[in-house]
Amino acid sequence: MMKEQPKKYMNPYLAGFILGFVLLTTIYITGRGLGASGALKSVVIEAVNDIAPTHADNTDYFKHYNESHPDGPLKSWLVFEVIGVILGAFVSGLVSNRVGLKLERGPNVTKSTRVAAAILGGALFGFGSQLARGCTSGAALSGMAVMSFGGIITMLSIFGMAYGVAFFFRKLWINKLK
Amino acid sequence: MGPLVPHIISSDFSLIIAIILGFGFGFALEQAGFGSTRKLVGLFYGYDFTVLKVFFTAGVTAMIGVILLNHLGLLNIDIIYINPTFLYAALLGGAIMGVGFIIGGFCPGTSVCAAATGKMDGMTFIIGALLGIFVFTESYPLISVLDNAANMGNVLMFEMLGMSREVFALITIIIAVSTFYIVQKIEDKVNRRKASITKKSIITYSISGGVAILLVLITLVTPTRSELVHQRIEKMLLEHSVHITNMDGDELADELISQYYKYNLIDVRSKEDFDKFHIPTAINIPLTELSDIKYRAILKQREKTNIFYAENDNDSKRAYLIAEYFGKAENIALTTSAQEFHKNYFDIESLSENASKREKNIYHFRVSAATKLNEIKEALSKMDKPVEKKVTRVQGGCS
Repeated sequence: MMKEQPKKYMNPYLAGFILGFVLLTTIYITGRGLGASGALKSVVIEAVNDIAPTHADNTDYFKHYNESHPDGPLKSWLVFEVIGVILGAFVSGLVSNRVGLKLERGPNVTKSTRVAAAILGGALFGFGSQLARGCTSGAALSGMAVMSFGGIITMLSIFGMAYGVAFFFRKLWINKLK
Repeated sequence: MGPLVPHIISSDFSLIIAIILGFGFGFALEQAGFGSTRKLVGLFYGYDFTVLKVFFTAGVTAMIGVILLNHLGLLNIDIIYINPTFLYAALLGGAIMGVGFIIGGFCPGTSVCAAATGKMDGMTFIIGALLGIFVFTESYPLISVLDNAANMGNVLMFEMLGMSREVFALITIIIAVSTFYIVQKIEDKVNRRKASITKKSIITYSISGGVAILLVLITLVTPTRSELVHQRIEKMLLEHSVHITNMDGDELADELISQYYKYNLIDVRSKEDFDKFHIPTAINIPLTELSDIKYRAILKQREKTNIFYAENDNDSKRAYLIAEYFGKAENIALTTSAQEFHKNYFDIESLSENASKREKNIYHFRVSAATKLNEIKEALSKMDKPVEKKVTRVQGGCS
């Protein structure tokens, strides 16, 4: 059976406009922006609450979080929003023939290196997002929409640092530097 | 007027809206190509600037939208969530995320998109992110000082730069459009293809950028909705073109004594004046704040009649017209000023010997009314104060 070719990606400016419109609607309806890392944090807290309840009871950070979220960490706006993201991305991938198990990596990278790098990169991103109180979505993008100083400097810091270290990790992504 | 949550849409229903908005978010990200790690890191090596184009366009679109909605009086910009600035945490956290971006090839939102379309690198990135967050929560006692240092509150970028919101938006649009042009050139060069910027695309993108600039300029030169309302009100006052229901101090005293519970007596002077003296049973809403969203409920209710009084009858008429414009309640403007009322009732001159019968009647009415008003005030002060509904800033962010 022939698999259909994946469709072309949307024009980036059109996609950006749609994304901006979704963000604007979110701000209009809820008064807050979009986010992603916050939902992952809810998952971590729920997991700790379930697996090590005594630890959660005895640690200030968890105690404070659980007190301020009486309905439980998973009943949060961001968790539901990220469920929507999963559905939206899946449907989008489906209509464009882009769904399928795959490990995407740079041209000269082994599978195990890619997996290790993704975990390490994810860990750094997760840690950094907590320190900066938001990631590319919650701090940078939503921050830019409402012109938050903190959001915009976080954005500049993310992209500035990424450019700064890109050279040292070039082997992960490109063949060689001309 | 937005935001709609929690006063118009309940917090529980907002979770369903969260799924719908998240769907749009995920769909747009995936359509843009953010489910592909190679496409994401492209901007750092110059072969694909999709991320920058999408991200910047989205940010600018939402930024202009926020300005427009605020200008049209549809969104209360003062209560939407602004992520607070903790200077060092923002910079250091951003830097760590930057390294994570290059090594891992995703950010949290895009890794979710990648995972949803079956990319195993996206899934492993999420596992990594969960681990990173766990490490943060466990090491929080060690980093809490750094995390909370240099708290600058909900500061805005344009405030820091000392310019207006609109000017900052204009500068951002110009930076965005020039960046788009430059990165297209770089992309063509790195991919060794011939120039992809055609005359047609230049025209299209100039028009889009031009529309964006125009929208911001329009908000700069046209008055906001509330400015417009106040202009109209001043015009009506000047031309006496509308009927204003009014009442004088003696009528007010009479009404209060017999049925004070039917009225919201509203003192629109400053808080200092109000504290020095106010007519018994009155509440204070300074004229400048009367059109604020937090007092809308008083103007919109239909149970009681609002009576406005001020330093002079022009201000009470202004208050009347504002209330008529924004609300549905019955309104009355008091022609007697606060000072006159005070003089007539609580600082009353004794009768001269040759006072007419009418003057005597008024005198006796006022003296007895003053006592009764004080009694009502006394009685009311013993009752519980009504619970004030406060409009507070929306909580949000990734916490």
